[in-house]
Amino acid sequence: MFAHEFMRNAFVAGTFTGAACGLVGWFLVLRAQVFAGDALSHVAFTGALAAAAFGIDVRIGLFVATIVVALGMGGLGERAKADDVTIGTVFAWILGLGALFMAIFSRSGAGADGAAAIHVLFGSILGLSATDTWIAVGVSLAAMGALLAIGRPLIFASLDPAVAAAQGVRVGLLGLTFLVILGATAAEATQAVGALLLLGLVAAPAAAAHRLARNPYRSLALAAALAVAGVWGGLAFAYAVPRVPPSTAIIVLASLVYLAAAGMDAGFRGERIRRAREA
Amino acid sequence: MLTSAAFEGLSWNLWADIVGLFDFPFMVHALVAGTAVALVAGPVGWLMVLRRQTFAGHTLSVISFPGAAGAALIGLPLGIGYFGAFAAGALALSGVSRGDSGTESRESAATGTIQALALALGLLFVSLYHGLLNGVSGLLFGTFLGITSTQAAVLALIAFAALALLTVAWRPLVFASIDTEVARARGVPVRALSLGFLLLLGLTVAATSQITGALLVFALLVTPAAAAQQLTARPMLGVALATGIALAVTWIGLGLAYYSIYPAGFFITSLAFLVYVSTRVRSVVVRA
Repeated sequence: MFAHEFMRNAFVAGTFTGAACGLVGWFLVLRAQVFAGDALSHVAFTGALAAAAFGIDVRIGLFVATIVVALGMGGLGERAKADDVTIGTVFAWILGLGALFMAIFSRSGAGADGAAAIHVLFGSILGLSATDTWIAVGVSLAAMGALLAIGRPLIFASLDPAVAAAQGVRVGLLGLTFLVILGATAAEATQAVGALLLLGLVAAPAAAAHRLARNPYRSLALAAALAVAGVWGGLAFAYAVPRVPPSTAIIVLASLVYLAAAGMDAGFRGERIRRAREA
Repeated sequence: MLTSAAFEGLSWNLWADIVGLFDFPFMVHALVAGTAVALVAGPVGWLMVLRRQTFAGHTLSVISFPGAAGAALIGLPLGIGYFGAFAAGALALSGVSRGDSGTESRESAATGTIQALALALGLLFVSLYHGLLNGVSGLLFGTFLGITSTQAAVLALIAFAALALLTVAWRPLVFASIDTEVARARGVPVRALSLGFLLLLGLTVAATSQITGALLVFALLVTPAAAAQQLTARPMLGVALATGIALAVTWIGLGLAYYSIYPAGFFITSLAFLVYVSTRVRSVVVRA
């Protein structure tokens, strides 16, 4: 499997992107901002297609769109938390814009077969070049580094914003920084699993880790590990069964991990209740 | 690029242009179907916003994509795929939401997982079914060109049934949405209503996504309702406004798309967003 260069690239890029998604996702679930993550991932689609329609590098479109929208969402709410209805309204329109750019792009000749749009929506992890791979590694490392640097105050600010603010933690600024990191990660992960599917890689391993471990640092590490395991397993499965797209395999695996974790959690809780009754 | 040829065949004679819309049967079907869909999307979307279930609504709307793709794969009519998928999705989502407080973040993580899983399965079905690419963008972003008279009639029928159900369950549903605890104490079957509403939402979404595509359904559901809630807090007036906005946006959007080379989904979402932004500006001005 590792004899092919595209598989090596996919594994390297997937490992780092997966780890970044797991870490960002853990905070996303903690802060109950999964819907914002959903919106940002769809924004990536519009950004990439806008860049394609105007003949700019797709990557620039991805990063500009997600980071600008992240800043916008942060600016909408005082505590850098816009409400669901506002988010929903804005991203419904942004997806509509995406449809427009897709129409423009498919008329421009270059994308007449629509394949580019499909790649943005569903990812093309097996099509990454060596340069793409190194950029993915760099962006993921930067995102993870930034996240770990603000990790402690961010956990504090997420769990109890009022007390954190009283202790002098800059809650609003932290929330905004987090959204920007989320935007960069989403833009990077779009190239691997696609704008429509990256929510699975962000939400599922993180939600599983939240259920399995109570200690925040252990749970954080578990989220990253589960996401990376999902990427590896998915890539291996897609290699073995070529008719299954790698992004599908990755997301299905991540969802199964979540399902198993939820089942175990429910089982443990039932056990604890039974023991408490007997005692 | 946007060019001057973006709108072909417009004559600047508004009346002639409007009459021209009805020249072709496909456009008449699209308008009938669009009207039916907007009539349901207004009230259902208003309730969705009231119940803070926008994320669930978005997930349900996305689920129609694997439904349709799966139906195409095994050779069933698309409609069956749409409606089969929504039922499965509504059941899965109601399993997720226990309605307890303090589980909000877990619930949304589970909702997000369901959504990504559904899309991943859709991709699988599409890549197993080789009739590929144009179909995908049609399923995701909608096409109103291919609507048959049967489809339009089915959509009208569904809209009628959904509105009838909504009328019957309206009062307890609004009560349960505004104050769950008090409603439960009064003996309102809150959980059953919650599942019922998710099924109704799924039905609406399944119908709507045949016009706007799985990704743009949301514009007709959430945006008119959000605009209406900016304008008034009164339920009946709010529902009427949401429905009116949804209808107007659909008609104008379809009309513009007919004369343009760009997709209807873009016009519908942009018009709806424009209405929403103006209501936001209005409430800021009124407050000041």
